[in-house]
Amino acid sequence: MVSDFLLRAALAGIGVALVAAPLGCFVVWRRMAYFGDTMAHSALLGAAAAIAFDIDATLGVFIVSVLVALALLALERRGGLATDTLLGLLSHSALAVGLVVMGFMTGLRLDLFGYLFGDILAVGTNDLILIWGGGAVILAVLLRIWRPLLAATVAPDVAAAEGMNPARQRLIFMLLLAGVIAIAMKIVGILLITALLIIPAAAARRMAHTPETMAIIAAGIGALAVAGGLGAAVVADTPAGPTIVVAALALFLIGLIPWHGKAVDHG
Amino acid sequence: MPRTARAIAPDTLPGASGGVLFRATGIGVKRGGDWLVKGVDLTINPGEIVTLIGPNGSGKSTTAKVVLGLLRPDAGRIERAASLRVGYVPQRLTIDDTLPFTVKRLMTMTGPADDDAIARALGRAGVGHLADAAVQRLSGGEFQRALMARAILRRPDLLVLDEPVQGVDFAGEVALYELIRDIRDELGCGILLISHDLHFVMAETDRVLCLNHHVCCAGTPQSVAADPEYRRLFGPRAVEALAVYQHHHDHAHGPDGEVIPLASRDPAAHSHGDGAVCRLDHDHDHGPSHPAKPAGAADGQ
Repeated sequence: MVSDFLLRAALAGIGVALVAAPLGCFVVWRRMAYFGDTMAHSALLGAAAAIAFDIDATLGVFIVSVLVALALLALERRGGLATDTLLGLLSHSALAVGLVVMGFMTGLRLDLFGYLFGDILAVGTNDLILIWGGGAVILAVLLRIWRPLLAATVAPDVAAAEGMNPARQRLIFMLLLAGVIAIAMKIVGILLITALLIIPAAAARRMAHTPETMAIIAAGIGALAVAGGLGAAVVADTPAGPTIVVAALALFLIGLIPWHGKAVDHG
Repeated sequence: MPRTARAIAPDTLPGASGGVLFRATGIGVKRGGDWLVKGVDLTINPGEIVTLIGPNGSGKSTTAKVVLGLLRPDAGRIERAASLRVGYVPQRLTIDDTLPFTVKRLMTMTGPADDDAIARALGRAGVGHLADAAVQRLSGGEFQRALMARAILRRPDLLVLDEPVQGVDFAGEVALYELIRDIRDELGCGILLISHDLHFVMAETDRVLCLNHHVCCAGTPQSVAADPEYRRLFGPRAVEALAVYQHHHDHAHGPDGEVIPLASRDPAAHSHGDGAVCRLDHDHDHGPSHPAKPAGAADGQ
C-alpha cells in the first residue's frame, strides 16, 4: 500500500539519519554544533555555485562547505576574534551570499524553499544511490578513524604526544561533515541539517555508557525520527523536513522522562 | 609561538635501547617576543626520574611539551630515541559530560589493549574497582590514578607526568609517588616529572632541574640538598619552603650575569646578598645576548 515516492523518501531519510547521527555525536562531543550549522548554511551558496558552474549540486555543496570550514580554521588561527563571533559572521554571510546569488538566477526555476527546508518527497532513485553510496563511504571512513578521532576529541595533547595526529583527524572529520551536509540537504534542507546531527545524539546521551553505544543509539533514534516524522507529515499534510525534526525533538523529550532503572544518570 | 597539534619529528638518537631516550640542547620557546624558557639542557636516560621544579609560570609545562613534541622550540636542538614510546599524564584533562566515557574506555584511548592487561594496569594503580565507572564521576585522586594506569598500560619508554598529584589528598599523594617509583623500577622507563612535592623530589629523583625561564640549577638531589641555602629554603617544612623558594626566584640577571633583586616586588624580605642563588651545577650563562629574566620583567633589558 506504501507508494513508491514514500518508500524512496523513507529509505533516503533513514540513510541520511544513520550517517548523520554518529557524526552528530562527534559534533556534540567536540562542541561544534554551531560549526556544523555554519557549514550547513554555506550549502546554499554551494548549490548556487553548482548551478553557475554547471556541476552536480551535491559536489558543489560539498566543496563550498569544505572551503567555509577551512576559511574558519584559517581565521581562527589568525586570532583577533572569538570563535563564536567568526562562526556567526561566516554562517549568516554564507547564507546571505547564497540567497543573493540565487536571486541573480531569476531565469531558472529554483525551489528555494526546497533548498532551505528539504524536499524529501521528491527523492529519486539517483538520490537514493547517492545517499546510500556516499553514506557508506562516510561511515567506513568514520569507522577507520574512530579511535584517533575520539582520542583527538578527548585529549588532543595526549593523542599527539602518543603518536597520533589530531589535526589530521579534525580535517578528515570536517570533510565527512561536509559530505553529510551535501547528501542531507535534499532531505531536511540546509536550515535543519544541524538538527538531524545533534538532536539524536543528545537524545542518546542518557542511554549510553560508551561512545560507541551512544553513536548506535543515536543512529536508531535518527532513523525512528525519520520514519515517524515522514508518517506524521503524510497524515497531517505538513512539510516533511520540519516534521522529521519535530519527531526527533519529541524523541529527545521522551528520553528526558525518568524511566525507573532505565535511564542512566550521569549527573 | 609556533604550535602544532601533531608531535614534531625531531632528530633521531642512535641506539634506541639502553641509550639516551631524549636529549635537548639549549632549547628555547618564544611567545610574542618573550622567551618562555631559554637555554634549557635536558637529558633523560632509561630508568631515570628527572624532575622539573620551579615557580608557577617558570616554563615547566612548556619544557615538558617540547619533550613531548607538542611544541616546536624556537631555539636549540632536540634528539629522540628511534621509535620512542611515550606515555603522557597531562596536568589537566576535562572530559566533556556529553561524552559517555568509562575508565575502561579511557584505557584504550590511544591504542588497543586486552582486558587482562587493562585490569592489571588499573589494579596496579589502585583503581581496579572503577573499571566501569564514568570518568566524570571520579574524584580528583581516582582520575589521576586512572590516567596513570592508562599511561603505564602503554609500557612507555618515556613517561611524562605533569603535576600528577594535583587534587590528591596527602595519603593519596604518598601512594601515587610510590606508584611512580615502582613504575620506574618495573618498566625501566625514563620519567620526566613536574612536581611541587619536594620530599619526593629529594627522595626519589635522580636529577632535578630548577627552572625559572632558564635552568637556575640542576644536579642530583643529594648535591642540591647539600647546599646550605637549599636546606634553609626547603629543609624544615616543604610547604613553607616552597613559598620561600618561589620568592627566591625573584631576581633578574643583568647583562653580565649578576643577580639583580627585584626589590620593588618585596622590599622587606630579600636575602641573596652574595648573589649565589642556586649555585650548584650552574650550567647556563647569562651573556648579553641571552638575558634570562623572570615573568613580568620588561622585554629587551
